[in-house]
Amino acid sequence: MSSAEKKPIVGLFATCLVDMMRPSVGFAAAKLIEDSGCEVVVPAQTCCGQPAFNSGDRRTARDLALQVIDAFSGCDYVVAPSGSCGGMMAKHYPELFAGEPMLARRAQAFADKTHELTSFLVDVRGMERVSARHTGQATYHDSCSGLRELGVQSQPRKLLASVQGLELVEMKEADVCCGFGGAFSVKYGEISDAIVGKKAGNIVASGAPMLLAGDLGCLMNMAGKLSREGRKVEVRHVAEVLAGMTSEPPIGAPAKGENR
Amino acid sequence: MSHHATSPQFRDNAHKALGDAQLQRALGNMRTGFPERRAAAAARLPEFEALRDSARDIKNHVLAHLDLYLETYAAKVEAAGGHVHFCRDAAQANQTIVDICKSLGAKTVTKGKSMISEEMGLNDALDAAGVKPIETDLGEYIIQLRGETPSHIIAPAIHLNKDQVEGDFRRVHQHLPKERDLSQPVQLLTEARGVLREKFLAADVGVTGANFLVAETGSSIIVTNEGNGDLTQTLPKAHIVVASIEKIVPTLEDASQLLRVLARSATGQEMSVYTTISTGPRRPEDPDGPEHYHVILLDNGRSSMLGTEFEDMLRCIRCGACMNHCPVYHAVGGHAYGWVYPGPMGAVLTPTLIGVDKAGHLPNASTFCGRCESVCPVRIPLPKMMRRWRELEFERKLTPGVQRTGLDLWAFMAKRPRLYSFAMNLGVKAMALAARGKGRFGKLPLAGGWTDYRDLPAPEGGAFQQQWKAKRGGPR
Repeated sequence: MSSAEKKPIVGLFATCLVDMMRPSVGFAAAKLIEDSGCEVVVPAQTCCGQPAFNSGDRRTARDLALQVIDAFSGCDYVVAPSGSCGGMMAKHYPELFAGEPMLARRAQAFADKTHELTSFLVDVRGMERVSARHTGQATYHDSCSGLRELGVQSQPRKLLASVQGLELVEMKEADVCCGFGGAFSVKYGEISDAIVGKKAGNIVASGAPMLLAGDLGCLMNMAGKLSREGRKVEVRHVAEVLAGMTSEPPIGAPAKGENR
Repeated sequence: MSHHATSPQFRDNAHKALGDAQLQRALGNMRTGFPERRAAAAARLPEFEALRDSARDIKNHVLAHLDLYLETYAAKVEAAGGHVHFCRDAAQANQTIVDICKSLGAKTVTKGKSMISEEMGLNDALDAAGVKPIETDLGEYIIQLRGETPSHIIAPAIHLNKDQVEGDFRRVHQHLPKERDLSQPVQLLTEARGVLREKFLAADVGVTGANFLVAETGSSIIVTNEGNGDLTQTLPKAHIVVASIEKIVPTLEDASQLLRVLARSATGQEMSVYTTISTGPRRPEDPDGPEHYHVILLDNGRSSMLGTEFEDMLRCIRCGACMNHCPVYHAVGGHAYGWVYPGPMGAVLTPTLIGVDKAGHLPNASTFCGRCESVCPVRIPLPKMMRRWRELEFERKLTPGVQRTGLDLWAFMAKRPRLYSFAMNLGVKAMALAARGKGRFGKLPLAGGWTDYRDLPAPEGGAFQQQWKAKRGGPR
C-alpha cells in the first residue's frame, strides 16, 4: 500500500474547554486537519491534566496524562486547538514521569507526535493556504504557552493571510499575557482583571472589529472583559475563521435575532 | 533583623496597589519602556542568545564548584590586604559590619545600591547601633527619605513620580528656597547630587554590594549609572563589600561575559555607565582608595539551595528583566510582593528565604505566561520553579481547602471519561439554556471570582464529543 492511499490518523484532542463551551471550534479544527490530508478521530477524552499540574497536584496530573496517552495510542498525531493544552502534552508530559523510564519513553513518544493546530497544519503538513473567505479586519492575540513553549507565532498569521478578504491588523503588545492563567483568573481575579483590562485596551485601539486567538481560555477571558466594557468586538477562535465556519455567534455573544 | 514581610497579605497589598492611581501611572511608564529597550539591545547583538547560554554555563560551573571558588577568592582578597568574613545569616553579617564601623569610630556610612543589604535589614541594624546609613543611589536615597523599601531590584523608586520626589526633597532638604524650581528630573538630580556630595566626603565607611566577585583576582565588581558607587568605595577610610556567596565568578573573563548580558537585560544599555573593579585596600602607590577593605560573604540560606530543585535560582544576576516583563508586576508593582525581592525572581526566591507558609501567594500569583523565562539572561526556568513551590505547598497540605476540594472533585470526574462526558453534556446544555438570548453570564453563583470582573461567555450547548458522535459515529 502506498503512503498516498493511507492518510495519517490524527487524534483530535478537543480540549475540555472546547468540549464544554464551544464545540464549533472542534469541528473547525477537524475540517482543517482533514483539509490537510488526514483522517480525524476523536477518542474519549476529558482533560490534559494541566489544572492539576499547575495547582501542584502532580499525581493527578500524571494519572490524567497516562489516560490521555492511552486514549490516543492508535493515532499517528495528536492535535489540539490550543497552545496551552498542546504545551502541556508536548512539553510537560515527559517531566511527569521522571524516574519511570518505561513510562517516560512513552510520554516522550506521545509528546513528539503532539502539536498545536496551526503549527501542525503549517509545520507538519506544509499547508500554505486555506480556502476560507472573511471580509474585514481582525487582530490576533498570541497566547502565552503556544507562543513561548511551542513557537506558535508565524503559523496562524501565515494561514490568516491566505483568508480572502481578511486584513490582519496587529495590536500593541500582542505577545503579552491576557491575564487568564487558568485558576489564576479566579484565585487572583482582581489582578487578572487589571491585566485583561490592558489587553482589552490594546485590542480596541487596534481598530479591528474582530479578535482571534488560538486558545479558548484566553478568548473567554478577553471576550468576557470586552463585553463587560460594552465593546462591540467579535471574538472567535482562529480555527473558526480559517475553516470558514463562522455561523455560530461569536464567543459571549447571543445568537442572531436574540437580544443582546 | 530583617524586613517585616507583608507577603501573607499579598491579596490585600495587590488590591491597594490596583486602586492607587499614582502608582498605576508610574507602572504604566515602565510596562512598555523596559521591554522595548531590552529587545532593541538584544537585537543589536547577533550573539546575544549564545551569550545567554554562556552566562548560564558560567554560573552553573561556579555553583558546582562553589567551595573551591570561595576559598580561592578569599585567599586572593587576603593576599591583597583585605579581610573576608563568612557569615551564616543576616544577624551575623549585620553584627560584623556594625563591629567594623565601631572599631573605626564611624558616625556615617555611605551606601551604594545593594539588594543583599535590604535582605539583611542593614540600615536598621546600623541605625540601632548609632551609625547613620546614607543611601547614595538616587532611587535608594529617595525611598530612604520616605522610609520605604525598594519596589524594584534595579529601579528602587520606580513606583514614584517626580512630583512626589519634589515633595520629599522640599520636606527634608530644609535649605531649599521656595522659589527654587524642581519641576524637572534634572533639577531633582542636581539637588540630590549637591546634598550627597557632602555626605560622600564626610562618610567614615562606604558599603557597596557586588555584582560579581572574581575568584582569580579577589576583586569585587559593581555597576552603576550614577558613579555613586565609586565615591562610596573610594572616599571613606574603609570599604565594606557585602555580597551573597553565589556572586562569585572564576575569572575576569567570565565577569566580562556576564556584564555583556547584564545591562542589556536590565535597562537595554550595552554597558552600565560605570563598571568599577576594586581589589583590596589602597596600595602605597595608589593616589586614592580606602585604608581598610572588608568583604562580608553572606550565606543566608543559599548553601541549603545547592543540590535542590531551587539551585538554578542561584544563577540570578539581579538584572530585573523578569519583573520588567511580568504582567503581574506591571499590575501591582513591587511592594505588593511584601518582602525584598518582587516579581518572578522574588516569587521563587522569597519562599526559600522566609518560608513558603508566609510567601505562598507569590509563586501562585502567576499566569505562567513564561515571559520572564524568555528574557532571563541566565535562563532560570522561573515558571517551573514557581510550580515546584505549588507542588511543595500541595504536598504539605498548605493549598487552601476550597481549592483542594474543588481540585479533588474535578479530578474524580476527569478520571472517569464516561461519567465526565455525561455530566458535562447535561451541564453545558443547562447553562446554555440559562444564558439564552444573552450568550453570556454577567453573574453566576459560585463563579464570582470570574463574574465580579468580566462576563462569562455561555456554552454553545451540548458537548463536542456527543455532537461528534452523533454526526460522525464512533471514535473510528
